Amino acid sequence: MMLKYIGNRILQIAILLVIYVAIVFFLLHAMPGGIKTLLISNPKLTPQAQEAIIRAFGLNQPLWLQFVDYMKNVFTLNLGISFSYYPTPVWNIIAERLPRTVLLFTVATLIAFFVGFASGKSLAWNRGKTTEYVSTIVGIITYTIFTPLLIFVMIWFFGSFLGIFPLNQFLNPDLWIHTRLNAQVIFLYILLTMLIIGMVMLVSYLVALRFSHRVRTRRLIFYLSTIITVVFSVFFWWVSPVGIYAADILWHMVLPVMTVTIISYAGNMLVMRDSMLETIKEDFITTARAKGLPDKVVRDKHAARTAMLPVVTNFVLSLGFVVSGGVITESLFSWPGMGMTLLDSTLAKDYPLAAGALIFTGIFVLFAHLAIDIIYAFLDPRIRY
Amino acid sequence: MTNNPNTTVEMADAKLESPALIRMKLMWRSFKENWKIFSQSKIGMIGLYIVIIFAVAGFIVYPILAATVWKTTSLNAMASYNPVTGYDFVQNNPAPPSWAHLLGTDPLGRDILAQLLYSTPREFMLGIVAALITVIIGTLIGTVAAYFGGALDTFFMRVADIVLLFPFIPFLIVISGMMQVDLLTLALIIGLLSGFGGITIVLRSQALIVKSRPFIESAKISGASDSYIIVNHIIPNVMPLSFLYMMFNVTGAIFSEAVLSFFGLLNIKMSWGLMIYTADTAGYIIGSNIWNYWWLWLPAGASITLLCGAFYFIGRGLDEVVNPRLRKR
Repeated sequence: MMLKYIGNRILQIAILLVIYVAIVFFLLHAMPGGIKTLLISNPKLTPQAQEAIIRAFGLNQPLWLQFVDYMKNVFTLNLGISFSYYPTPVWNIIAERLPRTVLLFTVATLIAFFVGFASGKSLAWNRGKTTEYVSTIVGIITYTIFTPLLIFVMIWFFGSFLGIFPLNQFLNPDLWIHTRLNAQVIFLYILLTMLIIGMVMLVSYLVALRFSHRVRTRRLIFYLSTIITVVFSVFFWWVSPVGIYAADILWHMVLPVMTVTIISYAGNMLVMRDSMLETIKEDFITTARAKGLPDKVVRDKHAARTAMLPVVTNFVLSLGFVVSGGVITESLFSWPGMGMTLLDSTLAKDYPLAAGALIFTGIFVLFAHLAIDIIYAFLDPRIRY
Repeated sequence: MTNNPNTTVEMADAKLESPALIRMKLMWRSFKENWKIFSQSKIGMIGLYIVIIFAVAGFIVYPILAATVWKTTSLNAMASYNPVTGYDFVQNNPAPPSWAHLLGTDPLGRDILAQLLYSTPREFMLGIVAALITVIIGTLIGTVAAYFGGALDTFFMRVADIVLLFPFIPFLIVISGMMQVDLLTLALIIGLLSGFGGITIVLRSQALIVKSRPFIESAKISGASDSYIIVNHIIPNVMPLSFLYMMFNVTGAIFSEAVLSFFGLLNIKMSWGLMIYTADTAGYIIGSNIWNYWWLWLPAGASITLLCGAFYFIGRGLDEVVNPRLRKR
């Protein structure tokens, strides 16, 4: 049943994807001069090259044929040739940048979710105390703050005033100059490590669910396998010769991750607080209290689990917002991911790259949405497919 | 005195007020009640005060100051001060705050405070126009979809799903990179795009609740047409929620404009985002320099944050008016 649900969602996402690409295509067409001028309007291109592009993209065909071609090109990853990195194909640039965005976002999102969840939980529980007012106000400020302003303050405070974090790069060139290693490879390995850890957590959770009915045993299995995997992968990175490079990348990642976290945690926190306040008034909380359960158990097991679901929903809805914040964060921290690519290519009038980046940003959001949907299905005890 | 039946009817008519007046009175009463609830929410009132301060500063204080105090620094002393072209060559620019320039000058020697105030009415205009378009589209689509249901409903809900998933700012960045976007066009684009988004889902569900109330049934029985019911019965009942979402949309629109002009993508002469952009491209916001030139980015950034936050606060305050379950926790 679960598989059927996931299959259904994937189908829906595929349809959404086609619609999204169609919107981008027609948008490009509606631009002054149309897609044709956009693709060939680079002074660097020779007339022969322009001819070749027109033929390759079928730009002299009727509109609907062009649309079919464009669709085909997008799904075969043939997005044209970048103007500013001529003659690198757009796809190569995107394939290089996408993992960086994925890494940044996955880490920041996970942290933001857990921080928002935990703080919202205790805010609602400690209602009326000074800490509640203070953290609500701080939350609203970080929620509405103009992102560049926040980043300037962060750069000044951590990079300049304290001087503990590196600025404006995603790696340290002095370190990397002595190696022929490609940063891309390291990125992919880091992502792979995270994926493995995530899979182990998921599998051990499912195994624990299958094997034991006692909460304590389940928890033991889950935490033990997670900790073993984490320790093992850290050890592996430690002994491997490329470990220092990975550490360098992660070190440069701290400040951008912190920024994206600060931008997005507050939304989660405020929703969690509201949802928790609603839940506390429910009868089953009174029952749990009347049973004489400890305060902490009522809070964590009874109230928080029920109150969590709107937070996940809100999280899905705010994905676009988080990605938008990511564009600003990436470009101000010179983190060469999708957002920075999108902005730079737009500013450089590199339209094939800009369109490609826009499409893949959309695809990224869609897939993140799918992932959260699946997690949601696991989380919600009421959803049984 | 003869008891003429005609006069009694006339007298009764005279005693009854006209329907329009009654409606006005009812509206005034509900406004007073809602105001009472709203004014109890601290956060909403703070937001309202901030918005009022900005409005007064932008619409009243700025024209007066530009025509009197700043006039002398203007090149053409007869015209009132224009912060876009009002260069001050007397000193080294950017100059820190002084008595001549309360918030200093930007790298081109233009008064920061004047720029700040000059942009305020434009930010209001942008935010409110965009939010109005969003709310009008959202209310119409939401109520129509809820009332008629069926394929229309499904279609608009799927559209809303897509718009919700849209990476909004990246999309705006690409659009404004490809064509010349000024403030009004931007307001239109933002309004149209977000009008089909989440707001329709929220207003539709509210309209569904209203639709199931008995007075809709009785209106139908008394022969009211579909459009009459939507306009006169459903829309007034979802209006408060629309108004609430309008506030959040103002925040979103101002924020988007600030981001786009901060990246220098908009075809405008002056805005809060553009002020930071000017300082940034001139190289005053790099690393350790940041705090030395605080007046170049802090006032503009703080204004964006404050105004965005203020509309958000008003939204939170209105939330307590609209959602009775949030009251008296």
